[in-house]
Amino acid sequence: MLLERLTEIKLTNYTLNVKMRGDIDHHTAKSVREKIDEAILLNKPRFVILDLSNVDFMDSSGLGLVLGRYTKALDIGAKLIIHKPTRRIKRILEMAGIERIIEIKGDDYDEML
Amino acid sequence: MKCCDNNMKLYLPSLSINESMARQAVASFVAQLNPTLEELADIKCAVSEAVTNAIVHGYKYKSGTVYIGVKYYGDRTVIIEIRDKGCGIENVKEAMTPLFTTDTSGERSGMGFAVMQTFMDKLDVRSKLNEGVRILMTKHLK
Repeated sequence: MLLERLTEIKLTNYTLNVKMRGDIDHHTAKSVREKIDEAILLNKPRFVILDLSNVDFMDSSGLGLVLGRYTKALDIGAKLIIHKPTRRIKRILEMAGIERIIEIKGDDYDEML
Repeated sequence: MKCCDNNMKLYLPSLSINESMARQAVASFVAQLNPTLEELADIKCAVSEAVTNAIVHGYKYKSGTVYIGVKYYGDRTVIIEIRDKGCGIENVKEAMTPLFTTDTSGERSGMGFAVMQTFMDKLDVRSKLNEGVRILMTKHLK
């Protein structure tokens, strides 16, 4: 998959919606990271929503990406929320204890967006 | 040691674009045993971690070769070996501590070995400084 197609970013009501797709590994993480960071700095949102519903694969590079964006959001006073991770992605997030510092929302969160 | 039923070997240049190729190739080989989707996902994740380690930490993004060997046995045991001839790990025990990373950018989670340990049944990491790292991972399929 082309790296440019891995992320789609939209800003609505001070909320940055980041839809990630495909495989997030060490190779793809760099460009995704840069794209999200640029959007955070440019738009100064209050919320950053990482939609992982279309992410097929994620390893610890993906964990690093999520944790790094959490810090970037925190730096500008924004809150980062993980949205709709698949069962497989949720497993690696939970293994790393991500849910202890970052809120993870399921399908019920759709109506709020 | 009993002889394996099947085996494959793969040598790849230490390029990050090959991380996906490495896990897909190992998954395709192991798929011959009809593993569950979860088992296959576990193996892909562990392979991705080990190959990324070789590229990022072993060769430090310099040119090198990542050696991948996979064997499976009649009892559905899969053994995956991933080796590099990079800089090696000074203290393997410390490197395997969750959240430990030598990266200073804040973008590495330090969870690579923890992922391998969680998703595989057995993990053995051996290293000699300046000679490289050998990671041996075992998975018993249902």
